Amino acid sequence: MTLLLEIRDLHIEALGEEGNWQEIVKGVSLELEPARVLGLIGESGAGKSTIGLAALGYARHGCRLARGSIRLQGEELFGATPEKLRHIRGVRVCYVAQSAAAAFNPAHRLEDQVIEAAVQHGIMTPDEARAEARRLYTKLRLPKPELFGRRYPHQVSGGQLQRAMTVMAMVPRPDLIVFDEPTTALDVTTQIEVLAAIKEAIADEGMAAVYITHDLALVAQMAHRIMVLRDGLTVEVGPTEQILEAPREAYTRALVNVRRVQKPEKPRSGAAPLLEVRAVDAAYGTVPVLFDVSVALEAGRTVAVVGESGSGKSTLARVITGLLPPRSGEVRLDGRPLPSSLGDRSKDQLRRIQLVYQMPDVALNPRQKVEEIVGRVLSFYFGIEGAERRREVARLLEEVELPAVFVDRYPGELSGGQKQRICIARALAARPEVIICDEVTSALDVQVADAVLRLLLRLQEETGIAYLFITHDLATVKAIADDIVVMLEGRVVEQGPKSEILTPPHHPYTDLLLSSVPEMEVGWLDRVLRERAERKARGETVMEAADR
Amino acid sequence: MHPLLRLVAQRLVLGAGTLLVVSALIFAGTEILPGDVAQAILGQTATPEAVAAIREDLGLDRPAWVRYLDWLAGFLRGDLGTSLANRVPISEMIAGRLENTLFLAGVAAAIAVPVAITLGVIAARFRETWLDKTISIVTLSAISMPEFFIGYILIFVFAVKLFWVPSIASVFPGMDFLDRLYAVSLPVATLSLVVIAHMMRMTRAAIVNVMASPYIETAELKGLTRSRITLHHALPNALSPIINVVVINLAYLVVGVVVVEVVFVYPGMGQLMVDAVAKRDVPVVQATGIIFAATYVLLNLTADVLAILANPRIRHAR
Repeated sequence: MTLLLEIRDLHIEALGEEGNWQEIVKGVSLELEPARVLGLIGESGAGKSTIGLAALGYARHGCRLARGSIRLQGEELFGATPEKLRHIRGVRVCYVAQSAAAAFNPAHRLEDQVIEAAVQHGIMTPDEARAEARRLYTKLRLPKPELFGRRYPHQVSGGQLQRAMTVMAMVPRPDLIVFDEPTTALDVTTQIEVLAAIKEAIADEGMAAVYITHDLALVAQMAHRIMVLRDGLTVEVGPTEQILEAPREAYTRALVNVRRVQKPEKPRSGAAPLLEVRAVDAAYGTVPVLFDVSVALEAGRTVAVVGESGSGKSTLARVITGLLPPRSGEVRLDGRPLPSSLGDRSKDQLRRIQLVYQMPDVALNPRQKVEEIVGRVLSFYFGIEGAERRREVARLLEEVELPAVFVDRYPGELSGGQKQRICIARALAARPEVIICDEVTSALDVQVADAVLRLLLRLQEETGIAYLFITHDLATVKAIADDIVVMLEGRVVEQGPKSEILTPPHHPYTDLLLSSVPEMEVGWLDRVLRERAERKARGETVMEAADR
Repeated sequence: MHPLLRLVAQRLVLGAGTLLVVSALIFAGTEILPGDVAQAILGQTATPEAVAAIREDLGLDRPAWVRYLDWLAGFLRGDLGTSLANRVPISEMIAGRLENTLFLAGVAAAIAVPVAITLGVIAARFRETWLDKTISIVTLSAISMPEFFIGYILIFVFAVKLFWVPSIASVFPGMDFLDRLYAVSLPVATLSLVVIAHMMRMTRAAIVNVMASPYIETAELKGLTRSRITLHHALPNALSPIINVVVINLAYLVVGVVVVEVVFVYPGMGQLMVDAVAKRDVPVVQATGIIFAATYVLLNLTADVLAILANPRIRHAR
């Protein structure tokens, strides 16, 4: 059988800060047969997107294809003229980007973008392309296929956009589609539907695909073969079953058996709650966001607030910290009501509740050294200055398992996980009683995230800090929560101790959430979808992802 | 009310407020002009009595704030006042001048705006090639020279040496459109050279900025041509900054022509204002100042509205 795509010893370089070329893909080879799906998996920086783009003969700005060979149906793309590549892209190979919200042009209607490649390359007339697009909208279960394309990108939900992007890649009927983390930006309940739609469509249309992701459980649902990448090198290639069940390399084994932190649930002490949110209603302007939300947090415990985008979980954090005064209801600390607005709170009230954000990159001032970032908190709350402050910052760095020499570093010199540790050190500097963690691990690779979680748990053991842990990631919840609060569309649908919430019978929404988390098992996707269909047929209530 | 209408109304109220502040500033500014109209009218040999009599006659002896309110009230009624120098109603003096200035600015804009945007798009499309660099060098050289210098060079080359066009842009009422166009060709060329560079640079920068967006990568990966990517995918998203810079330059064409009008002895608003300042004809200075300010405010309002209209998220609500 002739190979559809054959990459031999591919080297790709990126322009470094000092203007020198550095290899980011260091000699990767791969093969793909027609109508098969190859999964590329690895952590950030593994080079998987770069390799995916190379299948279109494309290198991002600041990168270049250095040497090697990229053959599409025997035709060499490496070193091909721009004009030749132009006639391959959008014709024989199409690309589905990670963030459809950013990858669609905001100025044009969806349909005009979806049919553009086919029409511009003269593959179809506009009418033919529109008809094909409508057929595919239906196939990917997009609502109102006749009207869907008339909308602008900002008028449809993220899950719909991602499916529209898949349609956009399929309309020209290419031989190969490169999917680059197509569901990473989606909620887990939406993700499962998009996955199912994509999987069915590529199988039916007989297209081959390169499926790029950092999530091994996901790629196991989609791919026939998996290639594991690390730092621009191939670690291991094999059929999906072999990679999952009999990985040869240590790195692959580590990916397969991610030993997640498992903290036993701490029993409730029955003491009065340290932090209490009582019947809070909140709104942005005239748009109500929270409805009658009540949450209680005891000293030394962890409450995980779990929900999807738009569930109001981050708004809850804004209410507690005083960034968004609620419309009604109150927040109590140690039994005493807190002033609803940040400006009315005393310095001590501010000190006792600290916040750690999702994106450490933007939460740290890039022009300040770590000493200043962490030290400011010490000066502000305790008036500690000079050499004493420097010593104290160094001690806090050790607390978060960073070397003391980092006091003189700038955030730009640190990795994502290290930056998040600096954020935690900054929160600790205030000697708080409650830390609100807003998606603190979602921007990190799995292994790094796990280490950060372990750190948070150790700090809790040592200091008795209480955490309000906001996340969309159920694995994190299972790992560290004592209590769980499940939120949906601004309301608490269920709350209680972890053991109760995670044991059936579930609330239908909790059930949907739990069953949508991909599991490291070949055929998981098909099994879940089959089970849902069967339960529905039996007349049980099965919630489906709301198409927000 | 439609959100856009509300926005326009909001901006109009703000604009009126701005004008009020500007009017006070202009009034205060003309108050501290050195010299005295009465003195200027009567000349150096005037007796103090004669000066006092004329001051009373013109109402200059009243306190400044009374005169300001008086002037403002008259202005709101559409009465711009009377020239101190020659006792002609200011509205009569201004009518023809404003028309001339708008004609000059309009012709310059009709040429400069399309040329600048086209050049900007071409420079962005052929970014970092010799074509882009040539466009940049030529337009930047033009903007680096003061407009009176460009004006005199153009006069020297095209009027004095080549005899192609008149060196003095004299226009008069009842003049034929084509004759008028011919008469203003040099001032139009001067103004265009000055504003094209700014608009072209901003157009290029706005497009280049958009070119870094993920949806441009999507377009590239669809195998579209560079020209289609630039025109169809980048330009529509770069419109807001382009509109803003175009409008600022239009305002400059109306307000900033003073020097060019003087160089070409063109009977426009700028000339009128310069003459009035020389003659200490305070009401005329005030009236022209307010008209210039109003032009600025209105054009900026237009820019805001157009820039908002260029955003599909606002044109097509969810």
